[in-house]
Amino acid sequence: MDILIYGIINSVSLALMALGFTLVYGISRLPNFAHGALYVTAGYICWQLLHRLGLPYPLAGLLALAIMALAGAAMYQLILVRVRGMAISEIIASYAIGLAILEGLRWGGLKGATVILPPFATGSVGILGVTVDLQRLLVVLLGALLVGGLWLFVNHTRLGLALKGMAQDERAALTLGIDSDRMAVVAMALGSAFAGAAALVLLPLGNIVVEAGYNVLIMAVAVCIVGGLGSWTGAIMAAFIIGFAQILTVVLLGPHYQVVVAILAIILTLIWRPSGLFGRQKELEERV
Amino acid sequence: MTEPTQDRRKERVDRGIKVRTDGVYAIASWREMAYLLAPRLTLIIGLLGLPIFLTAFPYWQKVVSIIGIYALLAVSFDFLAHYVGLVSLGGALYIGVGAYTSAYLNTWLGLPPLLAIPMATVLGGIICTLLMWPCLPLRGVYFAIVSLMFPLLAARLIEALDILGGTDGVLGVDGLPNRWLEQYVLLGCLLLLLFGLRRLVNEDIGLVLRGVKDNDQAVKASGINITTFKALAVFIASCLGCLGGATLAHIYMWAGISQFALDFSIIPIAATVVGGGGTLVGPVLGCLILVPISELLRDFGTLRIAVYAVILTAFIVFKSEGLMAYATRKYNQFERWVNI
Repeated sequence: MDILIYGIINSVSLALMALGFTLVYGISRLPNFAHGALYVTAGYICWQLLHRLGLPYPLAGLLALAIMALAGAAMYQLILVRVRGMAISEIIASYAIGLAILEGLRWGGLKGATVILPPFATGSVGILGVTVDLQRLLVVLLGALLVGGLWLFVNHTRLGLALKGMAQDERAALTLGIDSDRMAVVAMALGSAFAGAAALVLLPLGNIVVEAGYNVLIMAVAVCIVGGLGSWTGAIMAAFIIGFAQILTVVLLGPHYQVVVAILAIILTLIWRPSGLFGRQKELEERV
Repeated sequence: MTEPTQDRRKERVDRGIKVRTDGVYAIASWREMAYLLAPRLTLIIGLLGLPIFLTAFPYWQKVVSIIGIYALLAVSFDFLAHYVGLVSLGGALYIGVGAYTSAYLNTWLGLPPLLAIPMATVLGGIICTLLMWPCLPLRGVYFAIVSLMFPLLAARLIEALDILGGTDGVLGVDGLPNRWLEQYVLLGCLLLLLFGLRRLVNEDIGLVLRGVKDNDQAVKASGINITTFKALAVFIASCLGCLGGATLAHIYMWAGISQFALDFSIIPIAATVVGGGGTLVGPVLGCLILVPISELLRDFGTLRIAVYAVILTAFIVFKSEGLMAYATRKYNQFERWVNI
């Protein structure tokens, strides 16, 4: 029972981490290597708002999300748009931005274990004989909400449909009057906000540390590759596969081996099915 | 430019001497030969003379070795990214593998450093190529992502599983006999490899590699196995990195987790972008500029990585050709305004 419940929680956390990354990549084909940095930044901003300005928690959280969305849009509009379409430059530029943010934070404030977001909900409940604290339940709840919300947004609003159109075929979308640069900005803002949302529920489970940025990037990438890059449903399924695999290794082998699972999953997937478990055939050609 | 641009434009024309030296007239006179030799001799004499110029500053002399190591890595990054199309964000893997291999050859088998370094270079190259092998069918973004994870995971594994000396690393590695040897081994190898690689990319194999970068389907269609050629390229590149790593282990007399650190991944990339990608010499120039900056910023800890990342972003967005490409253009061509 432990395995089942903690497996689900772990899987949803992974899905939350990966959602922003796969969203941006799916829509604008931009691998946002600054994803992990955005994640940590969201937590740090929220902490600053809480402690420096003394704002109430929900307000601080929403404000942090809004700031993240703006920051993501600005990052795209000012820097990334200039290198769009040049694969090498896209990777290096976004990675460099992420590094600048993370290492800047490490130098500027995040030293040691002093920065801790308080949990949103304290206390714990027993589910089927397993004690789970409320914050972890909140993670699952928010994960479900975000995925559901995203699905509704993409399938039932004009903007969402435009994004979906662009994800499917950018040129065709252009001929239908969808401004692809504007959509990419929207995608980036959404992706950053998703990274922020993930940070706000996941970070209270531990300290805010710079290493989390690299971890999140690695996990997001692992989930996306296993699920097939750009495929949202694939990413969610892959999050569950990797999430349960991790919990199982922790239980059976010990926590040291947890890090190996991600890279092993990637390598196995690449050898066995290069376009990801749920990737489409079209992506195969572009990748291999 | 304040002038209206409709009726005037800038025209670039090759210098006469450049055109002459392209062909057999290159040996027509001393002037032509000097034109061809000047840049190459500047590089060779400049690099080899560097330790001598800095005799008075022992601290900066040590930096020369570090520059050499980063330059090796940067050249390998440039070769992989611009001639084979594999963007490897994890240069630290090569340094780490080279360092550990050489350290073990030295401490376990008791090989002297001058024997351990070349052996670690080749062995490390083989190890890195084997590690990368499953990822070789990938290209572009996908390869970048996976290569980024290797050094991070290697460090994490060594730490978590407490293998290879754990967090203490491998202690008691012999140093090189003296500082001059240390620098000239590095700089000499760097020059040899630099000119060797330049030769290599213009040979048939270089053509195939560039084909892999530009259109791998076409290369496949010609009946050439692209994975083999990618593996070969990765082997060459990782040998360069491992050479740097092996030397580093003997300079610090220690091999440890910090040799998988981020600096080794990011500085070569920054140097390549600043110096000019695809020129092979550019990265060396970039290292000569960036590594001293890094030393000056040493007191600020990780801020220097942030500084690098900012320089890198600025260059890649606003001046993506790099310094070397710019200098080459100025050397070979002149510009003038013409009326349209």
